[in-house]
Amino acid sequence: MQQGRRSQDRVPWHQEVALRVIREHVHREGPLLPILHALQDEFGYIDTAAEPLIAEILNITRAEVHGVITFYHDFRREPAGRHVLKLCRAEACQSAGGDPLAARAEARLGVRMGGTAADGSVTLEPVYCLGLCATAPSAMLDSRVIGRLDEGRLDALLAEAQE
Amino acid sequence: MTLRLFIPVDAGALAVGAEEVADAIRAAAARHNVALDIVRTGSLGLYWLEPLVEVGTPVGRVAYGPVAPGDAESLLRAILADGAHPLRQGLSEEIPWLKRQTRLTFARCGVVDPRSLEDYCAHGGGKGLERALALGAEATVEEVVGSGLRGRGGAGFPTGIKWRTVAQTSAQQKYIVCNADEGDSGTFADRMIMEGDPLVLIEGMAIAAIAVGATKGYVYIRSEYPHAAATMEAAIAAARRGGLLGNRIAGSAFNFDMEVRVGAGAYVCGEETSLLDSLEGKRGLVRAKPPLPAHKGLFGRPTVINNVLSFASVPIIMDRGAAFYRDFGMGKSRGTMPIQLAGNIKHGGLFETAFGITLGELVDDVGGGTRSGRPVRAVQVGGPLGAYFPRALFDTPFDYEAFAAREGLIGHGGVVVFDDTVDMAKQARFAMEFCAIESCGKCTPCRVGSTRGMEVIDRIVGGENRAANLTLLEDLCHTLKFGSLCALGGFTPYPVMSALTHFPEDFGAPPRLQAAE
Repeated sequence: MQQGRRSQDRVPWHQEVALRVIREHVHREGPLLPILHALQDEFGYIDTAAEPLIAEILNITRAEVHGVITFYHDFRREPAGRHVLKLCRAEACQSAGGDPLAARAEARLGVRMGGTAADGSVTLEPVYCLGLCATAPSAMLDSRVIGRLDEGRLDALLAEAQE
Repeated sequence: MTLRLFIPVDAGALAVGAEEVADAIRAAAARHNVALDIVRTGSLGLYWLEPLVEVGTPVGRVAYGPVAPGDAESLLRAILADGAHPLRQGLSEEIPWLKRQTRLTFARCGVVDPRSLEDYCAHGGGKGLERALALGAEATVEEVVGSGLRGRGGAGFPTGIKWRTVAQTSAQQKYIVCNADEGDSGTFADRMIMEGDPLVLIEGMAIAAIAVGATKGYVYIRSEYPHAAATMEAAIAAARRGGLLGNRIAGSAFNFDMEVRVGAGAYVCGEETSLLDSLEGKRGLVRAKPPLPAHKGLFGRPTVINNVLSFASVPIIMDRGAAFYRDFGMGKSRGTMPIQLAGNIKHGGLFETAFGITLGELVDDVGGGTRSGRPVRAVQVGGPLGAYFPRALFDTPFDYEAFAAREGLIGHGGVVVFDDTVDMAKQARFAMEFCAIESCGKCTPCRVGSTRGMEVIDRIVGGENRAANLTLLEDLCHTLKFGSLCALGGFTPYPVMSALTHFPEDFGAPPRLQAAE
């Protein structure tokens, strides 16, 4: 399951581990997305070195693998911070005051959306809808969902993530 | 005596503290030596009352909400004394907001334990499949056709016709695919079903499989919904254990199994052909139609692909009959629609009702206006590709054709409310920006036009050659609308043009005369 593993449980890139992860899913119909999710769950990102391994096992070109990885917003090319804070930027959250909260988070972390705080504590990312639109604005810290976000709750989340 | 409580595990309830509330109540019960049985349900959809705690009593469930962890002690005392409490809402089923709904698809959501097949069957689940097996494949398809059910994902194509097309193909392998890539802002009905009554979706897909002769199903769930994916997995396992999935389902001659697949953060994969490519392990590029997925779908095989709500509506149609379902609604919009009230709204949540209710009733009456307390200025219906409606159009009935007649769409039933602080030029620009971020890149008008659209809107707002740039924006929207394969490029003009048409003053143009509405 994506986002199922805590960042401290993730292992550094290792080819043998990657091969084991890839082979676990290779028998499935349409195995590429499950493989990519599993690799990201294992390592926290998808190392470029994984591309030829996947290509060879699935008998597709490396370009195809690369094309799929880069198409989807979820797949990371490098590790994120120790925590990932996603703020919903879509309409329902905009209507409930999401934009000023996003600006506040950027200012407090000293990064733009998509960036990682200098101390490596937290990566700030936009997300377009968490399906929590009746309790907007919404956020997700790692795998935890947060609704009715306001300045106080946001500051508490940022403090928790930067501990 | 054991005290029986119902506390949601729905992500929307968890997001506002349902887990902390459950923990606090457990601790309070331990202090009072009270034996507790906490059933974790989905949400009833009354989100302004979440976290909602219900108490099982001989006369029904009594609701309290919104409960904070600090309320646990006083709440427990009130429950034990059957006394008054400021958060007491009375019997859940008598709460007016719930009582005025017609819950067909959502009948069990928020009521049952989503992971329990026993609970599901005890609340009427499984009867649709039973009747489908008794009727046989052909009659099942005709029952769905006769119900008038249209695709609840947004396009509104008759579900039964899709099924009939797949049923009439001959192929070794056919697929049932559920589109659970619910990316529209302001919508959460699919998530609620998957977290609150996933077995109804499984039953609906199993009925589809029998009807068209498919043996394998996939539920493609967006990665932003980890709770929904986990609950679906658990429900599928429960269904397998109970013989609802696997070989010879429900004792019949049919085999059908299914699995969950998780998306990877691409809005466009909510478009059915893009979703199929994604399932196949490719970039989520939109396919040209024809061929229809019904003929060449997943891995080139005949495929039924429907939204969560479409499948989840099938069991009650099969159980109660086509006529029962068709009797609700208006015009060509039959049955009920789970409408989602969202954004800056006082009483937000899931409101399932027959088609025909007006937008004004939904926003002002059911929704209670804005949560900020300021006047409602605009309402976006149908997600990021839906039109912005002003108050002047609040008499529009919730109906596929009525919204289309006013240059809008009901889409997946999301209603996002904005108060009078909204800047509609900014919203129009965001529609273009979102299209640029999420375009799959296949069609030039969508891939390039969306970025050009942002630039043109910037120039209009900046007062640069305003008249010429307004004409250019309209022209660009026309190109997007007719030059894109799918709804992302094709419908982005709806929010842009509706903002411009109904709120020209935000673009620096003279206000529209009320008489012109």
